Amino acid sequence: MSLTNEHIKSRLVEKFGDAITNMEEPYGMLSFTAPKDLNLKVLQFLYDEQDLQFRFMTDLTGVHFPDQQGAELGVVYHLHNMRENVRIRFKVFTAVATPQVFTATRLFEAANWMERETFDFYGIDFVGHPNLKRILNVDEMDYFPMRKEFPLEDQTRIDKDDEMFGRGEIAK
Amino acid sequence: MSEQQHINLPEGSIEKQTTTLNLGPTHPATHGVFQNIMELDGERVVSTVPTVGYIHRAFEKIAERRPYYQITPLTDRLNYCSSPINNIGWHLTVEKLLGIETPKRVDYLRVIIMELARIADHLICNSVIGVDSGAFTGFLYVMQYRELIYEIYEEVCGSRLTTNIGRIGGFERNFTPVAFQKIEKFLKEYPAVLKEFENLFNRNRIFMERTIGVGAITGERALNYGFTGPNLRATGVDYDVRISQPYSSYQDFDFSIPVGSTGDTYDRFLVRNGEMWQSLGIIRQAMDKLKTLPEDIFHADVPAYYLPDKEDVYNKMEALIYHFKIVMGETEILPGEVYHAVEGGNGELGYYLISDGGRAPYRLHFRRPCFIYYQAYPELVKGAMLSDAIICMSSLNLIAGELDA
Repeated sequence: MSLTNEHIKSRLVEKFGDAITNMEEPYGMLSFTAPKDLNLKVLQFLYDEQDLQFRFMTDLTGVHFPDQQGAELGVVYHLHNMRENVRIRFKVFTAVATPQVFTATRLFEAANWMERETFDFYGIDFVGHPNLKRILNVDEMDYFPMRKEFPLEDQTRIDKDDEMFGRGEIAK
Repeated sequence: MSEQQHINLPEGSIEKQTTTLNLGPTHPATHGVFQNIMELDGERVVSTVPTVGYIHRAFEKIAERRPYYQITPLTDRLNYCSSPINNIGWHLTVEKLLGIETPKRVDYLRVIIMELARIADHLICNSVIGVDSGAFTGFLYVMQYRELIYEIYEEVCGSRLTTNIGRIGGFERNFTPVAFQKIEKFLKEYPAVLKEFENLFNRNRIFMERTIGVGAITGERALNYGFTGPNLRATGVDYDVRISQPYSSYQDFDFSIPVGSTGDTYDRFLVRNGEMWQSLGIIRQAMDKLKTLPEDIFHADVPAYYLPDKEDVYNKMEALIYHFKIVMGETEILPGEVYHAVEGGNGELGYYLISDGGRAPYRLHFRRPCFIYYQAYPELVKGAMLSDAIICMSSLNLIAGELDA
C-alpha cells in the first residue's frame, strides 16, 4: 500500500496545475473535479502512469445540481487501482444547455452502458460514444427523468404536500 | 384472393444470409426478462444485441423521495436472489455516512446472514447452469436447501424472498434460539448435499464438454468490461471486496478466494462452488465467535436512528420522541458523499450516496454488478452455438431486477 492520496494529489497538480479543483477526501476517498474538456486527458493520465494505474472503472453516473449556474450536470467517475487497492472519485461538470462530455468508452468498455444510462437519465451527451441511445427507458421518451425539475409525485395532487415530505418551504 | 398481398419485408431481408432470432424477453431459457436480438448463421451466433430495461422501476428516482429507512425495501428488489446482502449493504452505507460503529456481535450476525444469502444465490445460479445443459437433477437436489436458508430468514426477519432484513444500526430483533438451531441444521446438512452436487457435475463428461471453453474471457478484458465477483475471479483475478475493503468485520475471518484460470462457464461454475465452501466456513467461524460475545446485543446504541422498543415508546418520553422523529423522517442526517461497496452474490454492489442533509438522499446510485458485466455478453457468445449462448447467459448470474434497477 504505497500509493497514498497525497501522492495522487501531487501527481495531478504537477500535471494539470490549477485545472484540478475541489480536492477533498470524504470518508478517505480522494475526490476532485476537473474541467469537462480535460476529462479524457485526466482519465488517460490516471490510466497510463506507472505509479497511478487506475485501470478499473468501478462506476460512472450523473448528478444534477440545478442551483449551480453553468455547471448543473455532473458526471461522476469512480476509479479503482486494484494493484494498490485505492479508489478515487473524479467529477466533471457541464452546463445543462451544453451537455457535451467526451466519452470514456475508448478507455473502458465498461463505460458504454453506464454512459448510456447517464444519457438516459440526465441527457448528458457523450461525444464519440458508439451507440448513445436510451437504455432503461423507452426510446420515445422526450425528457430526462432523473433531472430535479421532474418531481416524483404527481403535481396535480393536493393531498400530498411537499412541505410534509421535507423538501418544501418549511424544511428550508 | 385475387388481390396481390403486400408484405412489408425489411430492406435486404431476402438477400440476407443470416437468420434473425428474437430470444426473449419471455423466453423460458433466459430466466428473467432478457431480450437478445441474435443474428444466426445456421446455429452459430454472428452477433447479438441485448435489450435491457423491461422491468425498470426507477428506484434511483424513488429513493430521492424516501427517508433512509424506507429505501431498504427498494434494495430487496435489485438482486432478489440475495436480498439480505443488498439490505445490509445499504445499512452499512448509511452507517458509514453517519459514522455509526456497530458492535462486533451485530457484524458477525450480519456476516452469517450475508454468507447464507451468498450460498442461496450461488446455489440457484449453479444448479440452473445444470438445468440449461439438460441436467435437472442437481437443481432438485439443492432446491430444498435454499428453502432451509429462507426459513432462517423467516425466523430472523419474518419474510423470505424480499427480506428487508435489519435496520440502520443492527437488526430489528435478536436472533431467536430457533434461528441458531436452523443455522446449525443447515451447516450440518448442506456440506453433504454440496458434495453430492459437485459429484454430479464437476467431473461429468457431458457437463464439461458443454461448459469448458464456452463464453471465455481473459482477465484483462474482464477488468476492462468492469467484471466483478465470481465472473471476474473465474478469469484468475483475485479481487473480492470482502478482502480488499473489509466491511462488517470480515477481516476477523479466515477464508480464501477461489479463482479460476480461463474465465469460461466451467470456471465460473467451479468458482461459485468453491465460494459456497468458503461461505460455510465463514458461517461456522462466526457461530463460534458469537459464543464468546454477550447474547443480548443486536443493534448499535444509536437512539436517533434505531427505532426504540414499542414498550418504551408507550412508557418513555425520549423513546416516543425518537420514534416519532424516525418515522416522520425528521432525524438529522449529515450532508456528505459516500461510496460503499459490498461483495454481492454476483459482484461488487456499490452504493453512491449524496446527502444534502434532507430527509431523503439527494442522489443515490446503485452500482449494479450485472448491469455492468452484461455488456460483455455479445463478445462472450460471438461465434458460439446458440445453445452455448444460453448456458453462457445463465453462468453469468444475471438477475433481471438488478440489471434494470
